[in-house]
Amino acid sequence: MKLKRPSDLKKARKAIRLRYDPEKTCVTVCCGTGCIASGARNVAESFRKNIDKRGLRPRVNLRITGCHGFCERGPLVVIYPRRIFYQRVRVEDVKEIISQTILKGEIIERLLYVDPTTGKKIICEDDIPFYKKQKRLIFGNNGRIDPTKISYYIALDGYTALAKVLYRMNPQQVINEIKRSGLRGRGGAGFPTGVKWELCRQQKEKPKYIICNADEGDPGAFMDRSLLEGNPHSVLEGMIIGAYAIGAKEGYIYVRNEYPLAIKHLQIALKQAQDWGLLGKNILGTNFSFKIKINRGAGAFVCGEESALMASIEGKIGEPQPRPPFPAESGLWEKPTNINNVKTWANVSLIINKGAKWYSRIGTKTSKGTMIFSLVGKINNTGLVEVPMGISLRKMVYEIGGGIPNGKKFKAVQTGGPSGGCIPARLIDLPVDYEKLTEAGSMMGSGGMVVMDEDTCMVNVAKYFLSFTRDESCGKCTPCREGIKRMYEILDDITKGKGKESDLKLLKELAEIVKDSSLCGLGQTAPNPVLTTLKYFRDEYLAHIKDRRCPAGVCQDLIRYSVIKENCIGCQLCNKVCPTKAISGKKKEPQRIDQKKCIKCGACLEACKFEAIRVE
Amino acid sequence: MRKIDRIIERNKKEKGGLVPLLQDIMREYGYLPEGTLKRIAQKLDIPLSRVYGLATFYKSFSLTPRGRHLISVCLGTACHVRGAPRIVEKIERDLGIKAGETTKDLKFTLETVNCLGACALGPLIVIDEKYYGRLNSTKMDKVLKDYLKR
Repeated sequence: MKLKRPSDLKKARKAIRLRYDPEKTCVTVCCGTGCIASGARNVAESFRKNIDKRGLRPRVNLRITGCHGFCERGPLVVIYPRRIFYQRVRVEDVKEIISQTILKGEIIERLLYVDPTTGKKIICEDDIPFYKKQKRLIFGNNGRIDPTKISYYIALDGYTALAKVLYRMNPQQVINEIKRSGLRGRGGAGFPTGVKWELCRQQKEKPKYIICNADEGDPGAFMDRSLLEGNPHSVLEGMIIGAYAIGAKEGYIYVRNEYPLAIKHLQIALKQAQDWGLLGKNILGTNFSFKIKINRGAGAFVCGEESALMASIEGKIGEPQPRPPFPAESGLWEKPTNINNVKTWANVSLIINKGAKWYSRIGTKTSKGTMIFSLVGKINNTGLVEVPMGISLRKMVYEIGGGIPNGKKFKAVQTGGPSGGCIPARLIDLPVDYEKLTEAGSMMGSGGMVVMDEDTCMVNVAKYFLSFTRDESCGKCTPCREGIKRMYEILDDITKGKGKESDLKLLKELAEIVKDSSLCGLGQTAPNPVLTTLKYFRDEYLAHIKDRRCPAGVCQDLIRYSVIKENCIGCQLCNKVCPTKAISGKKKEPQRIDQKKCIKCGACLEACKFEAIRVE
Repeated sequence: MRKIDRIIERNKKEKGGLVPLLQDIMREYGYLPEGTLKRIAQKLDIPLSRVYGLATFYKSFSLTPRGRHLISVCLGTACHVRGAPRIVEKIERDLGIKAGETTKDLKFTLETVNCLGACALGPLIVIDEKYYGRLNSTKMDKVLKDYLKR
């Protein structure tokens, strides 16, 4: 069915809504990558089978949705209309859910979420603190729609913004609206989106291109993937509106190769949007035509950098180019190009629908709207979190994240991926926006937020990020290629107890040179993890250097494992798991660890049930 | 050589189609055999060095055959702070290969990846598209033993 005018879209929406009875029971199963990894596909399949077997099809709908964000508790099942929230659901639970909850309306206590702070069980999805404290403007529909069917998106006012733009606004008005909203690039750098569009629009050269940067490479960040998997049309609609405003006829989505499900859902969405006349030739019956192609990345972190990404689309090695010229002047195939991140595109239809004025009331003075963070690491509620800009780190970690597991002490939070920095516990009341994070020496980046506790060694973390950027440096410019490597070597020495105090000065000097003189964002930001850990955790560096000690007990060359005699009952479990046979002793007597044979793999510590292994 | 020619034909028309072309060959052969790279250079009339450059720049391309089971260990930040390096070390020890290598019997290839985006499950590995999460060395031992038996 091709939609030829806005009234067609309205009619289609009305028809879809009539088909969908909000009072009818609907079982939704989250099948985002996180839940799938926990076994959600089998759960969904079991629901399908059992609903069919019991002849419940007329009474019960089953819907497979994208990521809800609460990956920690997956597989997630939400039962509408009551929004009963079941977590960690297994295939064995399905029959009981159908007979107890769906048919009798009874709650199964053991599948409910328990609030770790109050110990209370929570029935309704909306009452769970993890969700309650968020503001899910972009991400909220993920749990409600089946991403493989455009009708769900349309039912929730999807493509209304596109119709409004095509029939009631000219391109300049669209750009003005985006400018007024204060939307800034969600890829990390935070450049004002409307200004970027305008620069590209003003170019005389044709054709112009639009790119969606979905090469989400920062480790610990997966919100772009979840959006593409769970609500692909919201991204497409933003791109189509952007193309109209800028005057582009062709667009590309560059997706990371590691995201097969996102690619699949995008392909389906593209096809459906075309079939409905929302993409392709004469969109919604107007003269405006636009097509989108998907490009799969081939595994290079640097391709998230815009100029490297464009080189990769052109079939070249993903090496960055110096700027100017900026992509708006000379981008893909040397034509004017506008490139934005997935989340930026997803914000567009919201701004058009609700208005710039409404949008700009959310957030802080300089950072408007919401931001999606992935809250991961040493945190109770791992998952995706959408919050207004300016929320404090404390709220993120304790209220939404539910604090640190196992009663450990909060130490730092790392934002912005390998380009970001570590923010120490004492800055926990820092409001999170572009400027404040940069002031603290870190950056917004694409929204990764890795929480670290007392067992995390900050020198080791800095070394980890450098090993990452060292491997991912494309090698084109010397400061990045050589500088990162040398910094890594210094850190490696420090973690092995071979560091000197003068190393810290050298490290800082090197870091500043790499920062100032690298060609692209990768090198310019790679020293951030080193600089921030040096600034906030100098003591830890000194402990490694002066005392040859790793306070967190991580750096293998500086720790030793031993048996606490008083606790050891001689069960010999450690003895069995030790890969080098370094542990010996008689049964029912305290064991001994031979330090010469010990490779410090930590297997004994993990295996011991009596807290009889000590790390020093 | 007919199969490779078909893949080249299919990708020839697309602007910038060299990366998708190599991706298709990877899918077909499991790696990039030397002959296919030469054939591409010849057919598309481009220097072999350019094809080789691409094949060695991007991580998802391999110039050597891969094992029957591909083990990918996530080394993303979240997995790192939860102990992923120890998981890699254990697999390396048990299989007698380093990350990036393939066992002599072509049974396993071990690779590390930057982030699989399933951070809630860290430390996490994927074997042949099946996820194993919340690992420790005991659990890892069981998983590996299961595959070694196959």
